[in-house]
Amino acid sequence: MAEAAQSVEGQTVQEYIQHHLSFLTYGRHPDGHWGIAHTPEEAAEMGFWALHVDTLGWSVFIGAAFLLFFRYVGKKATADTPGGIQNFVENIFEFVDARVGEGFNYTNRLIGPLALTIFVWVLLMNTMDLVPVDWITGLATLAGEHVFGLEHMSFKIVPTTDVNITMGMSISIFALILYYSIKMKGIGGFLSELAFHPFGKWMLPFNLLIEVPTLFAKPVSLGLRLFGNLYAGELLFLLFASLLGLWQLPAHFAWAVFHLIIVPLQAFVFMMLTIVYLNAAHESHDH
Amino acid sequence: MDFNLTLIGQSMAFFVFWWFCQAKVWPLFANILDERKKKIADGLEAAARGEKDLELAQAKVSEQLKEVKAQAATIVDQANKRATQIVDEAKDQAREEGQRIIAGANAEIEQEMNRAKEALREQVSAIAIAGAEKILESTVDQASNEEMLSKLASEL
Repeated sequence: MAEAAQSVEGQTVQEYIQHHLSFLTYGRHPDGHWGIAHTPEEAAEMGFWALHVDTLGWSVFIGAAFLLFFRYVGKKATADTPGGIQNFVENIFEFVDARVGEGFNYTNRLIGPLALTIFVWVLLMNTMDLVPVDWITGLATLAGEHVFGLEHMSFKIVPTTDVNITMGMSISIFALILYYSIKMKGIGGFLSELAFHPFGKWMLPFNLLIEVPTLFAKPVSLGLRLFGNLYAGELLFLLFASLLGLWQLPAHFAWAVFHLIIVPLQAFVFMMLTIVYLNAAHESHDH
Repeated sequence: MDFNLTLIGQSMAFFVFWWFCQAKVWPLFANILDERKKKIADGLEAAARGEKDLELAQAKVSEQLKEVKAQAATIVDQANKRATQIVDEAKDQAREEGQRIIAGANAEIEQEMNRAKEALREQVSAIAIAGAEKILESTVDQASNEEMLSKLASEL
């Protein structure tokens, strides 16, 4: 196993995995100037003022590509017999629309587009996990070395293995939960829900103790669940690639087949929970 | 797990994409599906109407068929009646014609008979005169004899 470990482009297993788990980071160096981080240490020193160019770039690229493609298909679509691509997109649309219809009991025409955006975007970002780990990353590393003069440039292509990406979305959804809770129930209604449920006003501290963590657990669990699933999947692919030599081929195949379930499932779970949380935000407990 | 600006960037991208989707993507498909739903509903309604029309038309047709059958039956009846009438008339005419022919034949026979009687009478009278001349061997006054003889002939 040690031999196999040495054989990955002259890196140890640890270096290989470390390389693949780092981001291409652009940010403010400790001395104040903005630029690319050349090593993981430099990236770590940037702290909050850093941007993961690779994951955010792929995320925006995938989201834009998906929306523009849908718009392109929608522009050409007719109400007559739909063709292949239109049929495909309409199926996705109807699938999401049906889930919203089941899970969301109020009239809010923004929830459908929200669910559609989340589902397809997350699905496509997850799907990037099925691209073999060294294809695009390897090309990018080569390009980094020969074109940009960056040694061992990292380049992650699966946005949902970046906790910033998943939490970025779940925190946005948390903001929407707060917004709609206050919009539908008023600030008083929202606060009383935290304070007087589930046990009535005489148990106020106890209620707060239950409800406040529950509220904050929503975005955390939402973002970390997606991140954890995809990160674990990615890590296993990396372990196969670095430890198994030729045996990585069947192992990759088997894990990719299993991953075919995880990829859409996690996208679906993310969408469904968003719908359910927002439905709860619209729901009033005063009967 | 270090959070950085990427979190904010993704958040912004999220809201921008959401806005784009609700403004530029979702309505396209919602409209198309609504339109198609309406089209299908219209089509089904038209089909139901067509079926009802067909039923009405069939009822009408069977009614007309019944009427026509009745008419045909009366026409056949009348035709039969007329046929027997024509046959009867023809029979009557034939009978009359036959009688007329028989009557004509009878008259002709009588005429022929009279003519034969006349001829016979003349010949008998000639024979009688010839006989009488031979008996008498004398010439009698031709005129008085002639008168007497024609009297005799008419008595024959």
